[in-house]
Amino acid sequence: MSTRAESPPSTPTQAAEAELKILRSMLEMRAFEERAAQQYQMGKIGGFCHLYIGQEAVVAGSFAAVRDDDYVITAYRDHAHALGRGTSMNACMAELFGKATGCSKGLGGSMHFFDKERFMFGGHAIVAAHIPLGIGLAFAAKYRGEDRVALCYFGDGAIHQGAYHEAFNLASLWQLPVLFICENNGYAMGTAVHRSTALEELHHRGRGYDMSHSAVDGMDVRAVRDQVRNVVEDIRANSHPHFLEARTYRYRGHSMSDPATYRTKQEVDTKKEQDPITTFRDQLISEGLLSDEQFTQAQKAARQEAAESVTFADQSPDPPLSELHDYTYARPEHE
Amino acid sequence: MRTLTYREAVREALIEEMERDERVFLMGEEVAEYDGAYKISQGMLDKFGPRRVIDTPISECGFAGLGVGAAMAGLRPVVEFMTFSFSLVAFDQIVNNAPNMLTMSGGQFHVPMVFRGPNGPVHALGATHSHATEPFYANVPGLKVCAPGTVRDAKGLLKTAIRDDNPVIVLESEALYNTSGEIEDADTDLTVPLGEAAVLREGDDVTLVTYSQTIPLVLETADKIKAELGVSPEVIDLRSIRPLDADTVCKSIAKTNRLVIVEQNRPFCGIGAQLTYAVQRDAFDELDAPVTRVAQQDVPMPYNEKLEDAVLPSEQRILDAVKEVCYL
Ligand SMILES: Cc1ncc(C[n+]2csc(CCOP(=O)(O)OP(=O)(O)O)c2C)c(N)n1
Ligand SMILES: [Mg+2]
Repeated sequence: MSTRAESPPSTPTQAAEAELKILRSMLEMRAFEERAAQQYQMGKIGGFCHLYIGQEAVVAGSFAAVRDDDYVITAYRDHAHALGRGTSMNACMAELFGKATGCSKGLGGSMHFFDKERFMFGGHAIVAAHIPLGIGLAFAAKYRGEDRVALCYFGDGAIHQGAYHEAFNLASLWQLPVLFICENNGYAMGTAVHRSTALEELHHRGRGYDMSHSAVDGMDVRAVRDQVRNVVEDIRANSHPHFLEARTYRYRGHSMSDPATYRTKQEVDTKKEQDPITTFRDQLISEGLLSDEQFTQAQKAARQEAAESVTFADQSPDPPLSELHDYTYARPEHE
Repeated sequence: MRTLTYREAVREALIEEMERDERVFLMGEEVAEYDGAYKISQGMLDKFGPRRVIDTPISECGFAGLGVGAAMAGLRPVVEFMTFSFSLVAFDQIVNNAPNMLTMSGGQFHVPMVFRGPNGPVHALGATHSHATEPFYANVPGLKVCAPGTVRDAKGLLKTAIRDDNPVIVLESEALYNTSGEIEDADTDLTVPLGEAAVLREGDDVTLVTYSQTIPLVLETADKIKAELGVSPEVIDLRSIRPLDADTVCKSIAKTNRLVIVEQNRPFCGIGAQLTYAVQRDAFDELDAPVTRVAQQDVPMPYNEKLEDAVLPSEQRILDAVKEVCYL
């Protein structure tokens, strides 16, 4: 497994390439999910399907600041996390279609994307239930004396679960190398943040655990990257938890079945003006790192790949019925 | 008589009981401003206000426990779980606090409350969101558990549960929320007793026992059984899981001598396992064939829908089971 250093690229060309890579990554997430939404409406995807559209800068920015062998775990809004880790669009779309070629062999679905090879420890569908797992990942790294960091993502709604509190306490008590990233998109389903907590700033929760904490503009991919880079460097060196609140926004409903009548169109439109992709595009163009044409090309390529992933998923086989009982208990070959 | 949907029947029960008893309130995620994740409580915030229809953060353990405490202090909470798969994070409150209080306090504190919401596998939600929780809760003395499968029972059992002086788990079904059925007029104070099964269809040759969301499947298959196998099935809806009405089942077996249990939960330590024990004890001499069960396959629920279909009870599996007990 090759590991990419998280320190900033050294030459200007490397720096520019790293920036373009982030842009491409966000374009891929967006293109993939727009396709997924369309396929969901066509009845190709079952169950619940939660889109990350609007929130891409949080994953793209944080992944740009960590190593490929750092551990990642998140909730059910997990498509971007898998894609950002390098799981192919084919494997992701096939998972949505429930196919054997999916990243969880068609057994997990939208809410349960896993990719062991890329240290993606899953999407998890019970709110906050994965936060204790996240500190378990950090514990394992520390136990083995590795300098890995665990990145544990969750929504603003998750901080009201007991599992969250217990995990935060243990992480702080045992100084585990974990970066908690709260994707504060303003809502937990139809519940606006201020209706679920008396706190003005969610990251202040860190205080009660004597845990360092900070907030970042989650619509600004560079801000996320730089903040995560700073924090992770310290976590890696000194082993401790940190609570980072990334303020972001989801454009779509909570899931595909949510008409999102609890907010105004005007609110959504205002947020869309801070779109992480267009903002970053404009920055890169004004800095001379990107041309309009290059952007259009990159967008086209991402959309093309997403369209092809649908064909791949369509043509892939269902998991065989004969394997129904194969994963209930581990066997030596699962090692 | 009139026709209502299951969803409307649940809502009517809640409204009537809240109008009848000021101590009753409804609490849960998205129950107020969002009108309920499955629109059960639509309009209830307007009707009763935020004092009695209360949105919570995602804190099942917290608000389920709040319910237990409020019940000990004299209120009659109705706690909604968005689905019963999420009740598992409140398991300690439901299993350790609610049912034990009366015993531990030497009879001083009873816990009159209801935990309700949709239960059971729906479709393509994967392993964590597809639990049929009835065996977990039915295992616990001090809890009562029912699983209304018809529109009439959706209202009648819930009203009974709210008036009961014990913690009652009312397991609804998302798959049934849109179904409609006949029910008494609104001004009749409809209650359905806990612990009484209902014969949904009379027959002579085989008893099919089921409950909740597998009822429509069993009724459809019953037609086929008659048409294709020439066997006349009697269909029983358990309605309550605890207390479990084995008497009604045994009476039916006295006539049919054969039993197939169709259940939405898993086979191991499932509801059918308990019922089978009761039947072999009380109707041993009446049985002409071993009891057969059609339950889920014994695996975590896969997402892929073909695999999921293979896990869940199906027409084919019921037909096969009937053939088996009838030696056809
Ligand atoms: C324990 C539990 N309770 C309820 C749910 C249903 N549910 C799924 S997502 C969600 C809202 C979560 O909001 P947030 O944490 O802000 O994440 P977001 O969806 O905004 O990314 C709820 C209530 C669940 N999955 N698990
Ligand atoms: Mg949120």
